[in-house]
Amino acid sequence: DIDDVGHKYHLELVLEDILDKDSTVNCTAEVLYHLGNKNIAPAVQFTIEGELKNTDEADNIFYSRIKSLEKELVAENIPDSHGSVSPEMEPIRLLAQVASGYVIWQNSTENTKFQLAQIKQVKQVKRSDDCLEFDYMILLHEMVSQEIIPWQMTVLWHPQHGVQVTQDSCQPKHVLE
Amino acid sequence: LQLDFWLAPRSPGYPVDVRVPFPSLQPLKAHLEANGVFYSIMIEDVQALVDHEQTEMLRSSRRQLPLSTNTFDYATYHSLDEIYTFMDLLVAENPNLVSKLEIGRSTENRPLYVLKVRIWGSWGDRRGGTRGKANLSSLLFQFSKGGTNRPAIWIDTGIHSREWVTQASGVWFAKKIALDHENDKGLASILDKMDIFLEIVVNPDGFVFTQTQNRMWRKTRSRHPGSSCVGVDPNRNWDAGFGGPGASGNPCSETYHGPYANSEPEVKAIVDFVKNHGNIKAFVSIHSYSQLLFYPYGYTSTPVPDQKELDQISKKAVAALSSLYGTNYKYGSIITTIYQASGGTIDWTYNQGIKYSFTFELRDTGRYGFLLPAKEIVPTAQETWLALKVIMLHARNHPY
Repeated sequence: DIDDVGHKYHLELVLEDILDKDSTVNCTAEVLYHLGNKNIAPAVQFTIEGELKNTDEADNIFYSRIKSLEKELVAENIPDSHGSVSPEMEPIRLLAQVASGYVIWQNSTENTKFQLAQIKQVKQVKRSDDCLEFDYMILLHEMVSQEIIPWQMTVLWHPQHGVQVTQDSCQPKHVLE
Repeated sequence: LQLDFWLAPRSPGYPVDVRVPFPSLQPLKAHLEANGVFYSIMIEDVQALVDHEQTEMLRSSRRQLPLSTNTFDYATYHSLDEIYTFMDLLVAENPNLVSKLEIGRSTENRPLYVLKVRIWGSWGDRRGGTRGKANLSSLLFQFSKGGTNRPAIWIDTGIHSREWVTQASGVWFAKKIALDHENDKGLASILDKMDIFLEIVVNPDGFVFTQTQNRMWRKTRSRHPGSSCVGVDPNRNWDAGFGGPGASGNPCSETYHGPYANSEPEVKAIVDFVKNHGNIKAFVSIHSYSQLLFYPYGYTSTPVPDQKELDQISKKAVAALSSLYGTNYKYGSIITTIYQASGGTIDWTYNQGIKYSFTFELRDTGRYGFLLPAKEIVPTAQETWLALKVIMLHARNHPY
């Protein structure tokens, strides 16, 4: 407890590569939840021991594939009801997980626990520059309230420039029907 | 030209979508180009799409109901009809072991079925009377017990409809019991002393809704006056701390406790069953996801009197579960492990005197969440079964 400021947590954690369970990296972090204004994202500082895996090859393959599509990519329900994700959609899903991480961070308090539940829809947006842009409608699952919250997010990505969420907004519940 | 407008003309500046019959393609293109009207092709061949959809639909309708529990595909998610058919098949194939009871009806009038597992010829079985050599003293023993049920274990899955791995695991458990009841020492010893009741789909209305309308539906499908929102959280509707902190009074909320305890027929059916049976010794209610094993309480931070014993059982159960595939589980009371939740199932069953009351949250920890890939059904069921056996064996060896 930090009087008049908020609650600070010191964390020691292990990061595990989703695609390679044996690839792990130690991490320490400090998270400060602000008292009072719950609309500010918790402040996070972290250090990583060692280096994250190089993903240039996979990144470039994905980038070229999307760039060479004749029509902008459109897809729905990833994973589907049975938990299946087609191989072509796997990177689209990973991108959503990264981007939703940002949205979750911006909206977290000490009383929330968010997970990305599903991508309801993703539409690629044509761009004149090098970046890839995707407009996602995702479902977030909040563990404490058990609510499923539709959320729109616009995601930019480039192999060298990384991920950016340029716009995101919570959607009304009836969007689900 | 026989043009078929799928997005009709509105006013200048708005796009128009039109399906064009093959003979009209050229004339239309020529006309648009002559007038400088921009067009793009969204679907090259509509007929091909329609044909493909037809074959897909035929394939899924030809998906026949299973013919035997040996050819049933346990590694895929099934419809309610398929699960109900499975139950009937299992009973038909194991007439001296499994029977099906209807304990009530859902809001939308679907039957609520419980599978009862009892070894033929064991005491209490109306067909067998006494087992093996009947002698006068055992007959007397039975009569003096007169009317009491054998001690029993209850397992339920599918109380929250979107937690699909649970109903799928329930189906697998049913088959596993039928397969192993003689050759597995532990299971045989359990069934020697106790009955097992298994309700695979506690919330059939919700389950059908997840398959037809909204895969993320959690609650029942009841309607209550004063709100347009549908459904009550069946795991907040029990009479244990009902309406207290840890549930919502808002009918539109996912944790809405309902207008009063046991308002939901799905819950009431189990309450009535448990009370009428009177001799249930272990009660396990199964959810997903998070990989957790809980004992009561959720509605209060007061520890249960049997905390130490339940904690020890949990530790053992979790170790058994992990031993198969290394899946990590945490355990503890609901309120200390996850959050305060009132009106919960196992709080009520514990307060009824069912000491061995547990709740599972199965795989995974959020990567797929409710949408757990079908290929994980069987491994999940297999590892969970090991934990269930620990609990059931403990109940069998520690009568009370």
